Amino acid sequence: MPIDILMPALSPTMEKGNLSRWLKKEGDKIKPGDVLAEIETDKATMEVEAIDEGVLAKIVVPAGTADVPVNNVIGLIAGEGEDAKSVASGPLPSSEKTPDAALAVPTAVSAAPILLNGERGPRVFASPLARRIAKEAGLALAAITGTGPHGRIIERDVKAALARAAAAPRIQDLKAPSAPLPAPAPSDELIRQNYAAGSFEEVPHDLMRKTIARRLVEAARTIPHFYLTADCNLDALMSLREAINAAAPKDKEGNPAYKISVNDFIIKALALALMRVPDANATWTESAMLKHKHADVGVAVAIPGGLITPIIRAAETKTLSVISREMKDFSARARARKLLPEDYQGGSTAVSNLGMFGIKSFSAIINPPQATILAVGAAEPRVIVKNGAPAIATVMSVTLSCDHRAVDGVLGAELLATFKDLIEQPAGMLV
Amino acid sequence: MADAYDILVIGGGPGGYVAAIRAAQLGFKTAVVEREHLGGICLNWGCIPTKALLRSAEIFHTLNHAKDYGLTVDGKIGFDPATVVKRSRAISAQLNNGVGFLLKKNKVDVIWGEAMITKPGEVVVAASKKPAMQPQTPIPKGILGAGTYFAKNIIAATGARPRVISGIEPDGKLIWTYFEAMVPEKFPKSLIVMGSGAIGIEFASFYRSMGTQVTVVEILPQILPVEDAEIAAHARKRFEKQGIEILTSTKVTKVEKKPDGVAATIEDANGVARTLEAERMISAVGVVGNVENLGFEALGLKIEHGIIATDGRGRTNVPGLYAIGDVAGPPMLAHKAEHEGVICVEAIKGLDPHPLDKTMIPGCTYCNPQVASVGLTEAKAKELGFDVRIGRFPFIGNGKAIALGEPDGLVKTIFDAKTGKLLGAHMVGAEVTEQIQGFVIAMNCETTEAELINSIFPHPTLSETMHESVLDAYGRVIHM
Repeated sequence: MPIDILMPALSPTMEKGNLSRWLKKEGDKIKPGDVLAEIETDKATMEVEAIDEGVLAKIVVPAGTADVPVNNVIGLIAGEGEDAKSVASGPLPSSEKTPDAALAVPTAVSAAPILLNGERGPRVFASPLARRIAKEAGLALAAITGTGPHGRIIERDVKAALARAAAAPRIQDLKAPSAPLPAPAPSDELIRQNYAAGSFEEVPHDLMRKTIARRLVEAARTIPHFYLTADCNLDALMSLREAINAAAPKDKEGNPAYKISVNDFIIKALALALMRVPDANATWTESAMLKHKHADVGVAVAIPGGLITPIIRAAETKTLSVISREMKDFSARARARKLLPEDYQGGSTAVSNLGMFGIKSFSAIINPPQATILAVGAAEPRVIVKNGAPAIATVMSVTLSCDHRAVDGVLGAELLATFKDLIEQPAGMLV
Repeated sequence: MADAYDILVIGGGPGGYVAAIRAAQLGFKTAVVEREHLGGICLNWGCIPTKALLRSAEIFHTLNHAKDYGLTVDGKIGFDPATVVKRSRAISAQLNNGVGFLLKKNKVDVIWGEAMITKPGEVVVAASKKPAMQPQTPIPKGILGAGTYFAKNIIAATGARPRVISGIEPDGKLIWTYFEAMVPEKFPKSLIVMGSGAIGIEFASFYRSMGTQVTVVEILPQILPVEDAEIAAHARKRFEKQGIEILTSTKVTKVEKKPDGVAATIEDANGVARTLEAERMISAVGVVGNVENLGFEALGLKIEHGIIATDGRGRTNVPGLYAIGDVAGPPMLAHKAEHEGVICVEAIKGLDPHPLDKTMIPGCTYCNPQVASVGLTEAKAKELGFDVRIGRFPFIGNGKAIALGEPDGLVKTIFDAKTGKLLGAHMVGAEVTEQIQGFVIAMNCETTEAELINSIFPHPTLSETMHESVLDAYGRVIHM
């Protein structure tokens, strides 16, 4: 029996993805752990690894195919003793496996999860019922934690994973069903007519661009934004940062163990401020306010072709050096488009920092389902009034965008004032 | 409190003694307080002695049909009620001794008497006040007596007793509970059984087999009310064929006692009343938990409708006090109590036992034909909104059943059409109580129909009916 390679679900909500490229050619020998292909989701690129040994007999879905439904057969592996050619010329399995109840006996192959990024595990222990439900929902078992005997994945684990996926506020859910439809945007053709033919190059959107466009339109249209701006005196923070970085132990080549950035302080300060003003650490849903127990702070990272907002989880519990290390890892993986959905989904706030470009201040669009975002400008020497006299200080302007449904004016102001206090007296963040 | 027990269990029934043995296995210093008989009602006045009686009835029935099997019996086939009862009592006594032996082997102390929790961690045991049901096995040797005992953890496993309907109180002479029904001096010529749950139906089946004229009166529209309606209807037909009169949607409103018999006034669903006369009557209208006179009220223990509220692992609202078995709520079955006892003790130990899943507790009735089930009935599954796939297989399509001369039976399986989850299995027929465990294991392993279809059931066995029923649910039945 040839072994089907199925389109994996990289997250519980994923329905389809783009097959960006194949790393193996038809006829190549495959051993478990080999990277077969790359799948592009809206924000990341993932690798599909082989779990079986054999020969890649047929590529069913060619590289560059967009919107391949989860669980569709994307290729075939000829197993031991099978002729790859005859497998390749054999009848194709029906692309969407129809759940013929009488015959839908899950085989080890179709029920086995496609392993993601470097995860190796010969067998996922799951009950037949759990496998069945996960398969029908297109959910990778490897992404689920089992609570049955010996960590076996059982029905309730899959159902909990599906419930979490359903409960996560998705952008579509924010649409009020009765809201009047917005005026349709002008067609692409009408827009093109504004420009002389040949005066521009047309670059098709990739998935990330489409996602950014869709999410931000939704955010701007559905979230009632308001903005609060404050100036923060960074003198104390700058000298503390210098002292901390000077104290970093160095390795043989003289590289310090850590180098804390101003942004790392900002992440930590925002997390602590959310813990001190817990009502602002919230997410709006139509039926209830989700009040978060930890401060998960997203940080916008610009990458070629767009941006992504990985999240420092429970940032209030992490030291500056840990935050700094996580940010370096996130930035590197974001640029390589190797972030996993769990790296960037959720969060209650975010930091967007354009200070390095000399931007004095700006306001940012909230990244749903978060309730706030902090737009950070440049730290620059400014003349301030100190003890009734002009003085020079390093000052940074920050603007907090708030979702008025979740965070009212006074609450947002409390959050920003608390943040300012922490930034201006940064020693408080070290304890 | 240097000599305090780690765990003290009140009640030596199937829940209590099993909890005590598990506690001892886990290294706890353990004691059981018992006032009447080790092994509780189950072993002394319930599950076990009735099975002994029913076995006598079954053999008697088979002997009466010896001809069907080509056998001849020389002389008259008969019975001696005293010997039938004596055999039943001897079996209870043997197992009662066995429990004593197991507790001793596991170094569990047995304290004899009536327990009262006087304050948290303290139990005062006094001489038993309740007159022991006779005949009674002797009090075991090497027990501890009345006194004050201390324990870090106390488990209430005090069981249940027959429910009494006011105005129709059992007197032990004309109106029996299961106690008296189990030790008759002679088998009555006629008998009214009030209630058609497992206890009522088993006695109805036993006495009918022994030649008694039996009338079952059930207030609900269906006998065996917790069972699937189709299975209960199948069983009812068989009972009626055996000559048991069954009156459903009928209640007993009044019972008049006569010198050697009763006259019961019954009223059907339309309010039409009539009188039934019989030599004896059995009141089998359920059981109620023993939650009184144990000091629970003073501790502030949360008891709702006679049931101690627990968290699924035996923990009550009073720290250090746990409850298992019948007092912790239905279904009031020995195997449920045993399982709860083990879960409770393991949770006290800090292990992580699986919480009891009440949807997977099998139920068995040992009448002729037997009835066994696990999971949801068809009606319940539909009520819960499941889109169901149902399979049925009759015993007449099974070679072994025919060879045994037991061609009358039915296996019904209920699946969730969407996921293939086995929601319920219901069986009526020969030896089904021995077979239901197959479906119980399947449910606990979360198999779908696929694994059941793929499993090879040995031929020729009655268990093939289980396989065929699953096949039928998916349109693949072979022998029908």
